[in-house]
Amino acid sequence: MMKNCEYQQIDPRALSVSPLSAQSHAEKTVQRCRRKWEVFPGKNRFFCDGRIILASQSGVLPLTLGLIVVTCGLFFAFDCPFLVKHLTVFIPVIGGTLFVFVVFSLLRTSFTDPGILPRATPDEAADIEKQIDTSGSSTYRPPPRTKEILINQQVVKLKYCFTCKMFRPPRTSHCSLCDNCVERFDHHCPWVGNCVGKRNYRFFYSFIISLSFLTSFIFGCVITHITLRSQEGKSLVQSIQESPASVVELVICFFSIWSILGLSGFHTYLIASNLTTNEDIKGSWSSKRCAEESGNPYSYNSIITNCCATLCGPMPPSLIDRRGFLPLDEATPAVSASDIELPPFTAKSDAHMCTQSTKGVLERMVHSYDVHGLCPPGIPKTTPLDLEVSASSELSLSAGCLPQDACQPVAAPCPPFSRSNKRRDSLHSINPAFRLAYPSPSLSRTTLILGDAPDNGFIPLP
Amino acid sequence: MAETHSLHDLQQPTVSSKVFVQRDYGSGTISKFQTKFPSELESRIDKQQFEETIQTLNNLYAEAEKLGGKSYLEGCLACLTAYTIFLCMETHYEKVLKKIARYIKDQNEKIYAPRGLLLTDPIERGLRVVEITIFEERSIGSGR
Repeated sequence: MMKNCEYQQIDPRALSVSPLSAQSHAEKTVQRCRRKWEVFPGKNRFFCDGRIILASQSGVLPLTLGLIVVTCGLFFAFDCPFLVKHLTVFIPVIGGTLFVFVVFSLLRTSFTDPGILPRATPDEAADIEKQIDTSGSSTYRPPPRTKEILINQQVVKLKYCFTCKMFRPPRTSHCSLCDNCVERFDHHCPWVGNCVGKRNYRFFYSFIISLSFLTSFIFGCVITHITLRSQEGKSLVQSIQESPASVVELVICFFSIWSILGLSGFHTYLIASNLTTNEDIKGSWSSKRCAEESGNPYSYNSIITNCCATLCGPMPPSLIDRRGFLPLDEATPAVSASDIELPPFTAKSDAHMCTQSTKGVLERMVHSYDVHGLCPPGIPKTTPLDLEVSASSELSLSAGCLPQDACQPVAAPCPPFSRSNKRRDSLHSINPAFRLAYPSPSLSRTTLILGDAPDNGFIPLP
Repeated sequence: MAETHSLHDLQQPTVSSKVFVQRDYGSGTISKFQTKFPSELESRIDKQQFEETIQTLNNLYAEAEKLGGKSYLEGCLACLTAYTIFLCMETHYEKVLKKIARYIKDQNEKIYAPRGLLLTDPIERGLRVVEITIFEERSIGSGR
């Protein structure tokens, strides 16, 4: 699983900048646009042109969805009519609301980037190596695996991730199933088919809480239904025979309730103490101090603050910029669908704007002088292109979803959100200071060339 | 057009090296960068100027990640609308990120570019580092 774990020395010579050759001019017309998700080094799968992200194995997600849909379907079809007649019309209303909430939370948990940290660029990795290899000896040894820092007067060890080539921030862990470092890593949940981390923990929690309510609600309603039926002068067996679907629902709910309620309780405890499942299992903070709260340097020492911080805190952006284009496409400013605002999937429209603004001015100068043949070394990654259509069809994605390999060509019409294009054009014309102070630094080219050297899945992030 | 001509003639400035300002985790997992002045920049820029830039960045990130009434309200509202509210509205964090991008662009134009340096927005590096590219000093000549 950790096939990239073995450390590979970064060749400093490969990082040197080579002057642009004329060859790149010829290559420019051959390249088509590529989005960053296409060269993403982790084992995730992407749908809808990078809008949706899933782990490589989503095997049980269809089962989860199927169970929920089937149980609710049976409930609405067989139990609700009886209950509406005998009790109240609010029963299917409440059931429907809970069902919608559960499915929404589940899909949100599954399709949201959990907080994946992009891998270190070759420059960064080389810099880290330089910093720790202080002996200056000629025999090369891999960097030490840990670095100790103080967080709120507590010593915390940061581990070096050999796959991502960086020291992992605190609370970050590398998921071997997804082959990514995930911030505030909780666990990899096969039921939702994704890691649970910083960005989707609140969705996961709302999923399990709402699912607890839903299963309890259905369980209660089914019991009520069977009881009411048997009170009409029939025996219990007869009631069950009249409504066999209720038994199916009862069985499913009965077994689910134990695990779901238990999980909800466990995660409520974790949230109140600002812990992750990972930390709790490893016992990172438990035995250090007598009072359990002061052992955890991340806790705010107040249950309410911990809960609010985890569940209602600010929503951090996705750091991997799935829909951003690889640097080649900055040569064609007309097309950049990454500027589309897609908040449900938190596409990095703003980050791409950052890319444009900090380097775009310098590069546009280059481009305006005809040198726009940025050769993208974009290392093709085959894993994300394995399109498992079965998973996507079961998840009933909208018909507008494109298969991954049908990337829009550069000439494709601009998507409807063209306001960001206008923004970019305005950037194009300003910043005369740059033009005068520094002519083409060819920064993006530098970065691209660097991307060629390592062969272990670096993406040439600009 | 004279500019075009001279640019082609000139050798494009090459990247001499890159300096990485790492994260400071002393206060936990909040986004904060170390204000220690890297030795490679000693000949290029004032220590105070650099520290001020980093400190401002840290303050901006702290503003983005601040836990307070406003962020809780946003979180609760989002939860109640099943997170569909973000279809119409930008999160507070995203707004501050834009502010940060503008700030960095501004700093680059005014302070860093004239000294042959370029700050890269940390969001492009996954909020791991502030990358400062040092360009070789070249005489540009009369490229005006």
